[in-house]
Amino acid sequence: MAVLDKSAPATPVEGLAGQKLPPWALPALVGAVVAVAALLWATTGFAGRAGFLVFAVTLYLIAQSVVSFTVEGRRQSVDRLFTTLMYVAFLLAALPLVVITWYTVKEGVGVLSSDFLFSSMFRINPEGPGGGIYHAIVGTLIQSLLATLLAAPIGILAAIYLVEYGGGRPFARAVSLFVDVMTGVPSIVAGLFIYAFWILALGFQRSGLAGSLALFILMLPIVIRSSEEMLKLVPMDLREASYALGVPKWRTILSVVLPTALAGIVTGVMLGVARIAGETAPLLLLVGTNQRIEFNPFSGTEDPTPQASLPTYIFEQFGIAVGNTEAPAFQRAWGAALVLIIIIGLLSLIARLVARLVRVRG
Amino acid sequence: MSEQPTLGGATTPSVDRPQASNISGASVRPGDRVFRSAALTAGAIVLVVMAAIAVFLVYRAVPALRDNTANFLTFQQWFPDNDPSTFGIGALLYFTVLTSVLAMIIALPVAVGIALFITYYAPRRASQTLGYFVDLLAAVPSIVYGLWGFAFLAPRMTGLVQFMDKYFGWIPLFDYRPTNVPNNLSPFTASVILAIMILPIISSISREVFRQVPREQVEAALALGATRWEMIRTAVLPFGRAGVTSAAILGLGRALGETLAVTLVLSTAYEVSLHITENGGVTFASNIALKYGEAGEVGTGALIASGLCLFVITLAVNFTANLVIRRQRSA
Repeated sequence: MAVLDKSAPATPVEGLAGQKLPPWALPALVGAVVAVAALLWATTGFAGRAGFLVFAVTLYLIAQSVVSFTVEGRRQSVDRLFTTLMYVAFLLAALPLVVITWYTVKEGVGVLSSDFLFSSMFRINPEGPGGGIYHAIVGTLIQSLLATLLAAPIGILAAIYLVEYGGGRPFARAVSLFVDVMTGVPSIVAGLFIYAFWILALGFQRSGLAGSLALFILMLPIVIRSSEEMLKLVPMDLREASYALGVPKWRTILSVVLPTALAGIVTGVMLGVARIAGETAPLLLLVGTNQRIEFNPFSGTEDPTPQASLPTYIFEQFGIAVGNTEAPAFQRAWGAALVLIIIIGLLSLIARLVARLVRVRG
Repeated sequence: MSEQPTLGGATTPSVDRPQASNISGASVRPGDRVFRSAALTAGAIVLVVMAAIAVFLVYRAVPALRDNTANFLTFQQWFPDNDPSTFGIGALLYFTVLTSVLAMIIALPVAVGIALFITYYAPRRASQTLGYFVDLLAAVPSIVYGLWGFAFLAPRMTGLVQFMDKYFGWIPLFDYRPTNVPNNLSPFTASVILAIMILPIISSISREVFRQVPREQVEAALALGATRWEMIRTAVLPFGRAGVTSAAILGLGRALGETLAVTLVLSTAYEVSLHITENGGVTFASNIALKYGEAGEVGTGALIASGLCLFVITLAVNFTANLVIRRQRSA
């Protein structure tokens, strides 16, 4: 507030009525700084591409502040400094995203082939080249589907409870709080819990189903939260109109409220699937790996093998490569990572499309 | 107006307003009763699962803790299946908290910058797309971060590590003692990866908070002649403090439980060390991922005991974040 109070009424406000930098000044400054930094870089060769970037940005911040301070005054130069810093922050986030995507494509595209996509690792020497990820894709799809079949109906029902029946009762408030807390349960803890409960206490074997149960725990709060948001958006008028026609509450929910919110709920569920499809830690504990194609998620370690999945496949190949990034196994890991990212990307893309489609209609 | 009974199904019909309960059709027909209990059960499942996690972890952890002959809280090694069994979470706790807190410190200013950029600097039409773009970082699976960290990031950290050692080596944190070239499978690299991973969660929550800043305050500041940064400093940041705090805590909670990115990047060592740029380190989650395969009966119980600790810590962290945000909402 102190800044705001300072503006004296009689004299022109510092920095506002004063001189402004012409619009070409900043691009010119960028050019000058890049030129100077490049010159220094070429002559001294101080520290690689990242070093060059850091140096250029720092130099630019200093140059901009000095120029702006002498021409426009302190307040404008501080404003410009922070404006540039905001842009830098955004680029700092964009950089890893671009680099990770680029690097995964670059490393993974080499092994991609129809053979890689449609064959398993059965009877393939793990140290050598060849083999594929078909068994892992099958496992990931089936385990995610199974988790969704559990989490979607229960999650949507729980959201209906919170929005339509809860009405701020203590029990509903507790459920709501624990949904938030459940979102933060680490995936490996969910895995350990299913291990202690399903495998140690109930005596089942490790199987795709056990993995799906852990994925269910991770997906449930996501589905509840997003469905809840969507149900809250349904206008009260619609419900009241339905009640006025004598429709019972449950029919109102099923045939008026849910259809109105359906697209949003579907979007939420699909984003939830995208979140769990890449989960690795629980599957590592609960499913294990397999070199063969196994369609049955109930098949356990002893009859004869549980399912593979893309994340555990990546981990397995990483282990086989023992840190050698040139090994065929490491290349396969990148190939599987690329396919996994594509699957997740497609899921989120479809989810966003569904959401957009409906926004236009509503 | 306020005395009129509300017709909405979301409000509970009270006893002294029977006409309201008739109109809203609540709980009179059998179909309603069935549907209501189904919804209630689904809600209860959340509480049951959370309770079951605690119960089963405790139930399986206790026998192993009884067998343990070392101090569970301070012992740094992990030999649960030895005779006598010795294991402790000293190193796990230290490195888990260290990497997560460092990640939060690195991520917070960048995430707040992104959130401010998207809400107040970027062209309004682009802001949604930009937000979606940042959220994509959250869609990359943990194991891909691990692969990338191991194969791409770690080899490229050498320059930074040597720079920090040269100029900031007097701070033990940045002191790199070995004479060979670092390969950076270190807690520091893990922190950087974790920071990237929690960027989207911190920035998306901060974005929501900044968007709720009262329009009048923003415009009042601008009308008084504030520059854009002065407006943000005087109107936006004070309003968003609680929200950003809880976003940071939630990000911390996410980092604490992150498994595979950390597992692939750390070269596991169980000695507590201040020198974060040197190889080594192990966290709760990475220890579980590494040791579950070879664990015997006591070993499994010991891993479950460490998982219980992680669960309790993340629970406390998430409760704190929710308290902060709920207090802000009610204020």
